[in-house]
Amino acid sequence: MTSLDQLRPGQKACVQGIAGDDALVQRLLEMGIFEGEEVEVIGFAPFGDPMEIRLGDYRLSLRRHEAARVSVRNLP
Amino acid sequence: MSNPTVALVGNPNTGKTTLFNALAGMNQRVGNYPGVTVEIKKGRVHHRHHAYELLDLPGTYSLAARSPDEMLVVELLLGECAGERRPDVVLAIVDASNLDRNLYLVTQVLELGIPVVVALNMVDVAAGQGITVDHEGLSRRLGVPVTPIQANRGKGLEALKQTVATAIGAGPPGRGASFPEIFDRELAALDSHLDRKVPPFLVRRLLVDVGGYTEKLVHDRLGDSWTAELTAARRRLVEAGCGVPEMEVRSRYRWIREATRECVRRPEQRPLTWTDRIDRVLTHPVWGILVFLLLMFIVFESIFVWAKPLMQLISFGKDQMSELVKSFMSPGPLRSLLTDGIIAGVGGVLVFLPQIMILFAFIAVLEDCGYMARAAYLMDRVMASCGLNGKSFIPLLSSVACAVPGIMATRVIENRRDRLATILVAPLMSCSARLPVYALLIGAFLSPEQGYAIWVPGVTLFGLYLLGLIVATLVALLLKRTLLRGETPVFLMEMPLYKRPSLYTVWQRMAESGHMFIIRAGTLILASMILVWALLYFPSAVPGGGNFDELTSKLDDQLDEVRKEIPELKESLNRVEQEKAEVERDAKPGSKEQVRAASLGEAIAVMQKRLAEHEASVEPLEEQLKQKQREWKAQSWLGKAGKTIEPLVQPLGWDWRVGMAALASFPAREVFVGTMGIIYSQGKGEADDENFTGALGKTLQVEKRDDGGKAFTIPVVLSIMVFFALCCQCASTLAVIKRETNSWFWPAFTFVYMTVLAYLGALVVYQAASWIA
Repeated sequence: MTSLDQLRPGQKACVQGIAGDDALVQRLLEMGIFEGEEVEVIGFAPFGDPMEIRLGDYRLSLRRHEAARVSVRNLP
Repeated sequence: MSNPTVALVGNPNTGKTTLFNALAGMNQRVGNYPGVTVEIKKGRVHHRHHAYELLDLPGTYSLAARSPDEMLVVELLLGECAGERRPDVVLAIVDASNLDRNLYLVTQVLELGIPVVVALNMVDVAAGQGITVDHEGLSRRLGVPVTPIQANRGKGLEALKQTVATAIGAGPPGRGASFPEIFDRELAALDSHLDRKVPPFLVRRLLVDVGGYTEKLVHDRLGDSWTAELTAARRRLVEAGCGVPEMEVRSRYRWIREATRECVRRPEQRPLTWTDRIDRVLTHPVWGILVFLLLMFIVFESIFVWAKPLMQLISFGKDQMSELVKSFMSPGPLRSLLTDGIIAGVGGVLVFLPQIMILFAFIAVLEDCGYMARAAYLMDRVMASCGLNGKSFIPLLSSVACAVPGIMATRVIENRRDRLATILVAPLMSCSARLPVYALLIGAFLSPEQGYAIWVPGVTLFGLYLLGLIVATLVALLLKRTLLRGETPVFLMEMPLYKRPSLYTVWQRMAESGHMFIIRAGTLILASMILVWALLYFPSAVPGGGNFDELTSKLDDQLDEVRKEIPELKESLNRVEQEKAEVERDAKPGSKEQVRAASLGEAIAVMQKRLAEHEASVEPLEEQLKQKQREWKAQSWLGKAGKTIEPLVQPLGWDWRVGMAALASFPAREVFVGTMGIIYSQGKGEADDENFTGALGKTLQVEKRDDGGKAFTIPVVLSIMVFFALCCQCASTLAVIKRETNSWFWPAFTFVYMTVLAYLGALVVYQAASWIA
């Protein structure tokens, strides 16, 4: 188990859960990031933040401290 | 009875605005609501002899409101917004290439109790990715009509209009997603606890949205007798394994997956799209930044350089109009009001149009093609270090040309606090209107001609730009810690598919921005310009009889006449001299020709004397004119105000004349140069006329204070420049802030904080520089 911000570009992972019930968590959930969903890291912006991920048919960018709230399990 | 109302809702980047434009055409207007910064466009749609009102609600992913702006959408949909009727139909647009997430909003809309029509957009884009949607099957699963369209090509719109027309008056749709039983029980309990005074839709939001805006709304309406009950209900849900907000999201997505399982076909392997290929370059840490910088250079160059000829054309037109009015009106307050007040003021408003429209053309293209999200992605880290986000970059960059289009460009920032912070610091960016002030003072006092090294002017100018940038960063950080404090806004941003921008949308954005600036901000700008005109015009009576306006106009006319006659005289003198030379060449002594040559000689002498007289009279006339203009403005109300505030500006090293010129520059900073020209007897002149500013600079170099000391020393010059770097002497900026924030508080706040900063900055610089000198 690790968090989404720790993945490297090209890595895929399965979402394990998100901690908390604040606005950020609600937005992440609404965008489709919840337990059991698959995500793929596309890359990081200059200076390493924010990061871009793919989720199903679309791409999202989020800041690393936001991604740190999402715990994931690496997929091969 | 008014026309039926249709509310258009959808996620951002689904082609919602394109659909709105395609349906409403030019029949559009903008609705403003108190207390929110979003605007809602309304249009009229005609279909088979019926007219419908179409409301374009801001793009959103969910109806879980977190801000007043988001709550406005919910209130409009519930018919709880004063002055607006409840929509008869909700038209929900969804992106076929990304259906699951788009349907999330639809499942919430289904619970409003209003008929819903789904417009399935971008079916072509989806097909390109191998995704096909059986819209009839989807319609059966959702329980509402689903019409496939291609908004950008206008396909399927007639069928869509027909479907919407049929839906009016239909009963509410089926409930859609279902929730765990315990949730429904808690919902019913909370509803009865609130005595059913809150619409059921909001009771659900109240229970789900922890810390959401619904909590504040219900608190404002009913007090807080319900908070303990709400906390307990949420705790019971967590204990039952159905904690909010996750339970809502899971239930909805489960229902969506079920609904789309059989009617959406997608390829086993996701194909590599154009967007994937383009993004390999455009979001690359090196290539991406290079492309971004190049694009930003073009944007900046265009608003700085391309707009210039158009702006000059507007200035030229303004001057021509003034001349025209002057030619057939006699001097007096009315003529001055028309030429120096109204025509100058209208010109002063119109002159912003080229910059605004060019910038908005770029923004429209960048947004419409999907690049804006990439720009924000690339710049976010840098902007986050001063408390802003990646989307603040383009507005702030534009503000280096002019804060007016820059502030208007903050509309791309969805987060209210980030947008406000960007608006409030944008006027600190060193804009082009400060350049004439800097050019005048640096040219006259810090140039190589004054014995300074060749790099001094450039470094001074750079320092002033840097000062604005540094102060803006500090103010942004401070604002985010104080006035605009709150939890860090969610950055989470969709990276939309790239697409070809629609020319119509681009044109629409340009026209809209120009129109809004003129209508909403233009009147305020004009009013401030007329006010300052009046303060500089009155009183116009010369002590001891006469009128300054008539006096200076008469002197001006005399001067014009003399100046016009000089070349005429010279020309006829030349002619006569030539004739004399010809006559003399053939003349024999005692002949008729010689007599004629002698009489020509006499005529030449008379003409030379007249010419000399004329030439000699120019300078005294000029002196007299400048003297009268100076006397007039010095005794005007603004002149008196300058003298009144002299004790206030003395610590900055200024005398009352500088103070007065600073006051007069309230409508626009460059007015400072023109006012200095008048008050220092250089006559009238434009800030961009190099001859005028050069001459004014020379005058300022030798100007003495009333006590005999030099009026302009280096500390004084630095103090003036720092003041202008930090002040908000720009009525247009304040008018645009008023317009964009929909409140008088923020422009007042901006003016006060910047003026205080400017004063303190000038004070510190003057005192420190004097001490060093």
